[in-house]
Amino acid sequence: MSIPKDFKYTFSHEWIKIEDDKALIGVTDYAQDKLGDVVFVELPKVGTEIEAGHEAVVIESVKTAADVYTPLSGKITKVNTLLDKDPSFINSGPYGKGWIFEIEIRDKRELEKLIDAQVYENKISED
Amino acid sequence: MEKVKKTPLYDVHVNMGGRMVSFAGWLMPVQYSGIIEEHNCVRKSAGIFDLSHMGEIFVSGVKSVEYLQKLITNDIEKLADGRALYTVMCLESGGIVDDLLVYRIKKDEYMLVVNALNTAKVFAWMRKNLVSGVEIANKSEGTALIAIQGPLSKTIVLSLDFKNPVSIKYFEFMSNNINGIDCILARTGYTGEDGFEIFLPSDYAAVLWDSIFAEAKDTGLMPVGLGARDTLRMEMGYSLYGNDITEETTPLEAGLSWVIDFNKEFIGKEALLKQKEHGLKRKLIGFMMLDRGIPRSHYEIFSSGEKVGEVTSGTMSSTLKKAIGMGYVPVELAKPGTRIDISIRKAMVEARVVKKPFYIPEKRKN
Repeated sequence: MSIPKDFKYTFSHEWIKIEDDKALIGVTDYAQDKLGDVVFVELPKVGTEIEAGHEAVVIESVKTAADVYTPLSGKITKVNTLLDKDPSFINSGPYGKGWIFEIEIRDKRELEKLIDAQVYENKISED
Repeated sequence: MEKVKKTPLYDVHVNMGGRMVSFAGWLMPVQYSGIIEEHNCVRKSAGIFDLSHMGEIFVSGVKSVEYLQKLITNDIEKLADGRALYTVMCLESGGIVDDLLVYRIKKDEYMLVVNALNTAKVFAWMRKNLVSGVEIANKSEGTALIAIQGPLSKTIVLSLDFKNPVSIKYFEFMSNNINGIDCILARTGYTGEDGFEIFLPSDYAAVLWDSIFAEAKDTGLMPVGLGARDTLRMEMGYSLYGNDITEETTPLEAGLSWVIDFNKEFIGKEALLKQKEHGLKRKLIGFMMLDRGIPRSHYEIFSSGEKVGEVTSGTMSSTLKKAIGMGYVPVELAKPGTRIDISIRKAMVEARVVKKPFYIPEKRKN
């Protein structure tokens, strides 16, 4: 199971790549593996303000529908429209082509709640 | 809760990368490489399934026909030796105990193949209604079932070393022997494709599974899990017990009137006749989503802003590239073309009632 060292994570299986005052968000390799074949991603609208801990995205796989929560509050600045055409990028490249949205970080203090790769790895090895 | 059971192919699944989940009291592979890939493989070439969790109940004795006629809704008198029949078993209320296949082995000897979920319940029901002159035996534990389904299934089965030449048509079966293993070979399935099912003693299941793979290596045969089994049956509009049919639904409501013979006596007949006379209130429909979103079991169905029913099964059809579903709605909304809305999380998503099956396989050769 791949867990890039330079990303941050949440216990609900999102990854966060921080670039200055913006963050790119997606779901982890572990999450995509549990979901199985992704067939549809309901993306948020660019410009929407969202609050940390709230549902931002819905991923539908053949088996199930799963919510993706935003770990950070702020304005959505970009969404990965590639996923409209090919949602399976979530499976084939969860940390690359399968990124989901970008957010403008409103409150940097929220970053403290994110966990690093090692903690995340420990968490999923318990499951 | 009873301990979760393993089929004789459990280790084989784990070695092949099967993701094991608990289903109807059994540890079963839900997928190997991925549901979509496995699904498409069955539609294009062939897939192999472990269905050893399903129940096999044998009925024998001079009163077998009489006994079974009373238990099931379909007419088994029309069955010849070596032929199978789809039917349901009902409660007095008309609610469905199970849907099953009845195989006539010979006069006064039948095999019933029932859902894993219901094996114990059906056997108890059969025992409760037992009459003298009939013997019933639940041989589910010692019986394995391997299915090969898909357009290339015939090529694969014919390449196996059967003792008796294989010459069975759809819904026929024969006793046979493969590499010294006695088995029943049937041309039945749950995918809509041409396909075969092999019943054999559990001890030999792994050997047979391996030899099928050895013979079929050029055909693209893949192991297929319960996930794709579910999406394949949904494309065909086949009901799944526990979802689309239950003890609370009748075969009339479920669109299974073709398995009911009202010219004979059977448990539930009175209730079903009454329901027929009074007119059905609801029917199981198939529907297709017009907008994005995938219907799932228990999502609510709306018409003109009012809740009219619930989704019983739903998925993204990988053959049609459309989201499809089934559910019960009032009869006046059951006509193909009718607009309904499915409540998918917070949104109302438009759908249309369509005829089942959703998909018809290109050709099913005999």
